[in-house]
Amino acid sequence: MERIPILKMGEFLLITIQVDMHDRLAMTLQNDVTDMIVKTRARGVMIDISMLDMVDSFIGRMLGSIASMSRILDAETVVVGMQPAVAITLVELGLSLTGVRTALNVDKGMELLRSSIERKEANGAFVRD
Amino acid sequence: MPLSVTESVSIRSSEDVVRMRQWVRARAVGIGFSLIDQTKIVTAASELARNIIEHGGGEGHVHLDLLTHNARNGIRLTFEDKGPGIADIEQALKDGFTSGGGLGLGLGGAKRLVNQFEIASRAGEGTRITITRWKGT
Repeated sequence: MERIPILKMGEFLLITIQVDMHDRLAMTLQNDVTDMIVKTRARGVMIDISMLDMVDSFIGRMLGSIASMSRILDAETVVVGMQPAVAITLVELGLSLTGVRTALNVDKGMELLRSSIERKEANGAFVRD
Repeated sequence: MPLSVTESVSIRSSEDVVRMRQWVRARAVGIGFSLIDQTKIVTAASELARNIIEHGGGEGHVHLDLLTHNARNGIRLTFEDKGPGIADIEQALKDGFTSGGGLGLGLGGAKRLVNQFEIASRAGEGTRITITRWKGT
């Protein structure tokens, strides 16, 4: 079955979406990400969409649900690499990706994940043993 | 006004939506659309083709015409289904309105991404939506 690979990098998961996504692929990805978070005890999820030349409300919704599901599993999500034309179109479409954190590239995304996890631990939020 | 013969594809699955997007993108590139113009027409097309699957009885067609007007190129796309139709078009165009599980951005959002938007729908008979986007607007 066709699936989108999820790479484990330390305490983070890295997903690079390189294909034009149809429904089943999106559903499989949601399931795979949540399974991987639990299995690897990942603290953060980075989704690289720099290869996507379009984000419609379906893909936007999928990014939003991955972020919500991950949050419930105590992992932060950041979406990186959105192309400018995609960002412009998303805003006109009316999709603001509420609840989805974004960063310009993988490096910035990594920084964002690290700092938000540090902040969480400093605040004495739920810390895993 | 059309430059070429109308081309059509049928929409039955989300894989068809993906293929349709690539087809629209290729035609938009072919008539010199900028990256932003391409992205807008492809995104609008994706929303409307998905509407056929989710609300239009699950099956329909997309027709594509390449246009030229006052030395300007454009693309016209027509989305047709024989689904239940839209009872209240004005309401369906409002952001946040949804009869499915979506965000309700489809119709209104698609309308904002194009230059012309026409919709004709009859309860029990289906829906036809026509969108046009011109180069560089």
